[in-house]
Amino acid sequence: MADYPVIYMDNNATTQVAPEVFEAMTPYLTELYGNPSSMHTFGGQVGEAVKKARQQVATLLGAYPDEIIFTSCGTESDSTAVLSALRSFPEKRHVITSQVEHPAILNLSESLEVMTGRRYRVTALKVDSTGMIDLKEYEDALSDDTAIVSMMWANNETGNIYPVKEMAQMAKERGILFHTDSVQAVGKVPINLAEVAVDFLSMSGHKLHAPKGTGILYVRRGTPYVPFLAGGHQEGGRRGGTENVASIVALGKACEMAGARMEEENTRVKALRDRLEAGLLQSVPQSILNGNRENRLPNTTNISFEMVEGEAILLHMNLYNICASSGSACTSGSLEPSHVLRAMGVPFTAAHGSVRFSLSAYNSEEEVDFVLGKMPGIIETLRAMSPFWKG
Amino acid sequence: MWEYTDKVQQHFLQPQNVGEIENPSGTGDVGSLSCGDALKLTLKIENDVITDAKFKTFGCASAIASSSILTEMVRGLRVDEAAKITNEDIAAALGGLPKEKMHCSVMGREALEAAIADYRGVPLPAAEGELICECFGVTDVEIKRAITESHLRSVEDITNFTKAGGGCGKCLGHLQEILNETLNEVSPIPVVPVVKKRMTTLQKIKKIEEILESEVRPGLKKDGGDIELVDVDGDTVIVSLSAASGRSGATIELVELKLRERVLNTLLVEEEEK
Repeated sequence: MADYPVIYMDNNATTQVAPEVFEAMTPYLTELYGNPSSMHTFGGQVGEAVKKARQQVATLLGAYPDEIIFTSCGTESDSTAVLSALRSFPEKRHVITSQVEHPAILNLSESLEVMTGRRYRVTALKVDSTGMIDLKEYEDALSDDTAIVSMMWANNETGNIYPVKEMAQMAKERGILFHTDSVQAVGKVPINLAEVAVDFLSMSGHKLHAPKGTGILYVRRGTPYVPFLAGGHQEGGRRGGTENVASIVALGKACEMAGARMEEENTRVKALRDRLEAGLLQSVPQSILNGNRENRLPNTTNISFEMVEGEAILLHMNLYNICASSGSACTSGSLEPSHVLRAMGVPFTAAHGSVRFSLSAYNSEEEVDFVLGKMPGIIETLRAMSPFWKG
Repeated sequence: MWEYTDKVQQHFLQPQNVGEIENPSGTGDVGSLSCGDALKLTLKIENDVITDAKFKTFGCASAIASSSILTEMVRGLRVDEAAKITNEDIAAALGGLPKEKMHCSVMGREALEAAIADYRGVPLPAAEGELICECFGVTDVEIKRAITESHLRSVEDITNFTKAGGGCGKCLGHLQEILNETLNEVSPIPVVPVVKKRMTTLQKIKKIEEILESEVRPGLKKDGGDIELVDVDGDTVIVSLSAASGRSGATIELVELKLRERVLNTLLVEEEEK
């Protein structure tokens, strides 16, 4: 394995920390170790750095700095938003989400009674074979009893982008709070919260070249809010706990870079993804694209190779140090393939053999061509072993 | 990422005896696409000795490795010797498998059993059992056998070894019953949740008044003090105290202890704000 350089195409799982981001954060792990809440100048300058980072995040999202709360991860942001809405409106007992959410929302929606002591009715919106939802079903589900809608902006497995703007508007007209898990969308597609009526938005730092262990919860001005972590006065009393300063500085820098790279993401990275996708679909027989071709993130492609199993594919790719993910049962540790592909009704012949490639600005055309050179052979080797392959 | 032994890696990356024997003496076809793994084992048997074995497998690394090593293990064995191979033997030959992957070794043993039954022209015992897990098509016969042979002690073990219960989860209760039955163990005594004592507000007020009158007030009056019930809001009891000695804090605690003991153990006593 050592013979091959790492080809990292698993950026929806996590990303490399950008060198510029690393450089920006290191002083706060060494000489600038003050507490941003301190009265002295030594700590105060650290407070200034946090303030700058907050502004950088706000700029990327089209938000006011005071609408940005730093958290520890996307999951914390998701839980905070949903539980805040339920605590703000304890008399409302209905929640709307979708069948293709990340476990951070999916498992939360199944644990609401444990978390709140109250019973909830949960509507999980269905998806069609391309993974898209039906706005009519959504409209019919909205009711006076609905406390919050939580709909992901983009799906981590297929890259599908959901009509969050329309959905948030529909909720707003009925006075219903709206949260969007935007962990995969931020930095990959432009987001302007001045024009999108969401009340809460969650994002995560490590998906856009900041380190793991940072997240953001956006809370719109005027939205009722109940903290998840009560404690000190940090984050305006909305999230107690001493700030993870170095990572916050890193996240700010990463957001600034993401804004500057947005065009590249949607042109060069998208072209690389398209090249990889078209090449695989063309060179490997019986390969199928999962997801909605028109409406998805520029960096993601999810392809099923029929009659072979995903873990076996990934381990063969691993021999060449090519990193990707699969929705197969065996890789998840459960016995069933990905809940997203099952919700889409992808047949078992294809679901077990799905591979997700997710690119970033750090990928090159040479890497794409190397992968294109190796994949057909890998699939062929495994198919030759498969009792179902009648090639 | 799974921790696979070198032996698993080796048999996954360089599988032995891949293919299908033409006109086999016996064929074992187990698993399915929906299950996520499947194995077709073909045997060539001459004078009751397995002279050749080939496999085709759809599945993960451990499924492919289990199939590959199985073909090596049975080659040259007499049929009755091969029939004694268990899934534990297959896993051991690979230097062990992660417990979540033990079902791969079970699939190997099932395919071998099916191929031998096919050779002998007898029906498979598993096929006669009652279907327990509909998602993965597992019968009670297979489950009981796995429990006994692999010394399984929990429903999670059963799922790891046979896949039963790994889908919709509808049969999990049934699996527990089979486990208890097979281990000849009595079901554990169910934990009876403590029923929370429920009282209406009116009942609470009456009972509190009664206890205050008979057990609290006399003592206070002796010291020249008194107590009045002001309100009951849920479990919060609000009283007004006129303590002679000014030790109202201690008195409140004692009243609370008394009321918790005599009325309801969730009561909180607070003094009325003056």
